[in-house]
Amino acid sequence: MGLSKTNRETIEQVCARYGHRADALIEILHDVQRAHACVSDEAARIIAGSLNISRAEIQGVRSFYADFSTTPRAPQRIRLCRAEACQAVGADQLAAELDRAGTPHEAVYCLGNCALGPAALIGERLVGRATPDRLAAASAGSGQDD
Amino acid sequence: MTESLTLFLSRDAAARSVGADAVAQRLQQLAQQHGTTLDLVRTGSRGMLWLEPLMEIERDGVRHGFGPLGPDDVETLFEQDFADDHPLALGPVEAMSWMQAQTRLLYRRCGVIDPLDLDGFERMGGLAGLRVAIAQSATDTIEAVTASGLRGRGGAGFPAGIKWKTAAEAPADQKYICCNADEGDSGTFADRMLIEGDPGLLIEGMVIAGLAVGATQGFIYLRSEYPDAIATMRAAIAAWEERGWLGDDILGSGKRFHLTLRRGAGSYVCGEESAMLESLEGKRGQVRVKPPIPAISGLFGKPTIVNNVLTLASVPDILAHGAAAYQALGNERSRGTQAFQLAGNVKRGGLFEAPFGLSLRELIETHGGGTLTGRPIRAVQVGGPLGAYLPASMLDLPLEYEAFAAAGAMLGHGGIVVFDDTVDMARQAEFAMEFCAEESCGKCTPCRIGSVRGAETLAKVRRGEDVEANLALVEELCTVLTDGSLCAMGGLTPMPVMSAIRHFREDFKSEPLQVDETVVG
Repeated sequence: MGLSKTNRETIEQVCARYGHRADALIEILHDVQRAHACVSDEAARIIAGSLNISRAEIQGVRSFYADFSTTPRAPQRIRLCRAEACQAVGADQLAAELDRAGTPHEAVYCLGNCALGPAALIGERLVGRATPDRLAAASAGSGQDD
Repeated sequence: MTESLTLFLSRDAAARSVGADAVAQRLQQLAQQHGTTLDLVRTGSRGMLWLEPLMEIERDGVRHGFGPLGPDDVETLFEQDFADDHPLALGPVEAMSWMQAQTRLLYRRCGVIDPLDLDGFERMGGLAGLRVAIAQSATDTIEAVTASGLRGRGGAGFPAGIKWKTAAEAPADQKYICCNADEGDSGTFADRMLIEGDPGLLIEGMVIAGLAVGATQGFIYLRSEYPDAIATMRAAIAAWEERGWLGDDILGSGKRFHLTLRRGAGSYVCGEESAMLESLEGKRGQVRVKPPIPAISGLFGKPTIVNNVLTLASVPDILAHGAAAYQALGNERSRGTQAFQLAGNVKRGGLFEAPFGLSLRELIETHGGGTLTGRPIRAVQVGGPLGAYLPASMLDLPLEYEAFAAAGAMLGHGGIVVFDDTVDMARQAEFAMEFCAEESCGKCTPCRIGSVRGAETLAKVRRGEDVEANLALVEELCTVLTDGSLCAMGGLTPMPVMSAIRHFREDFKSEPLQVDETVVG
């Protein structure tokens, strides 16, 4: 799966924006993940060349952090908080309801909305007092402002 | 109807999560229909999260509140000219009991001004601390921080002045100030609320820290789960640079300090300071072996101050009003105010800043109004996922570092999560181990493997398999985790587990019990 010339240039540009600094690797991976919905092996190779570090180092960092993936992720996916404060107001039951309805969701641990749980993040939009209906409504509207 | 109208509405992520933007949109529409010029100021949050979206109007210098508002309430607000007899009127906001009972030092601008309004920031006391720091010697600044009794607000409660002195005295060509804004503990949102509501206070504290220890570069490590906070902090840094409050010539003093925001990437353990430093260097967030401590050898091997958001944000006031004023607040060795965060199953949840020493009961029952579900409180977890579960019988415990330590608990970052009587404490203990297994950085064996074994063993207990023997095994395993882990992740996971077993033994049945599979994550 090769990247087009444009994509290659975009990744090079991201690295240049951070002055090709290896300590900015996580920022770079964020930007690439956002632009391409993943950090593919091909992208990792380009970053490695641009920052003059090994592909192994990039692979190590990419696999350590939950935010990065090797295969594309839907940008508007539902990330449901499964931590204690949301558990206390039914996050596990909400997850089970979404499962029964066939709505895909991922687990995240704390979104900082602990007084208005259950909390979820759809793209970059935070949803409080989440219910299946409120999540569906937020999903429907989230394309407009992101 | 008046021709021009100024309204204040929160832009805090929590307020937006329950519809503040839709309210804003409706306010604009209605203003247009009424031929009114609307100046809608988007502020941070007051911290009364159960009232969000909370809107305020100023009359004779006093803010009157309305909330929680939905878009459909806006029309009646206009019809009734925002009068105090509207069904959702709250009256003067600062006279409300939740606000009156607090001592707002850190959050005094939060919910009042536009977080990016630098003039408003300065008008309400901003920069006063920084000006003192510029005028006096670095030694005097460190002395003031030490004398104030300020302790780290991230959880460990280490005296800030001692850390600063160590870094200041360490000889180096470059030093760093790193703000730990990786607020990953469930039940905590104080850092997020401050960054979204008054980012200037944190920046001011960081510049002061830089001047005090001789660091010219700062980093804010802010978690990626907080997109709104990231956007606000980025904008605030740019605005400060633009004004010359940050950069090569701070407030015309010739002194230098630069600030960079770095995002986390979804790893809980990066809230541990050495893992955070690794992450800031662009590496896997694995903890470092201590010593050396970061104040001697931290980021890129240079002397580094790592402080929590609220620790750094406490400093400007200490300098502006003197260490003695700060020291006068609080109890025993817990000085100043703490931002308590009331969360989980609670009727009135939010942020409550008060001097140390008030009781859990006062906070949860008097201010929080008990549980949201109306059922009895059964358990309270204080201090995040690594904090102890306390039974309702211990609610009179005063909220201060030493009293909590003596009770086998910890105050941590001040997060309080309330559970009602439907909670299964054996499941909570199992989750604590599962969470540790999920988030362990993998560097040390007790945490990496112990957490997996702990979760498996607690699952057996929950299935009623050989309960006594398996609980004994869990206890033994917890001792290994406590004594053998490199950092607090493995070292403190036993705290929720063992406190659940100790205080809620009845949930760890010796009879096989019916496990509800739907609640198993």
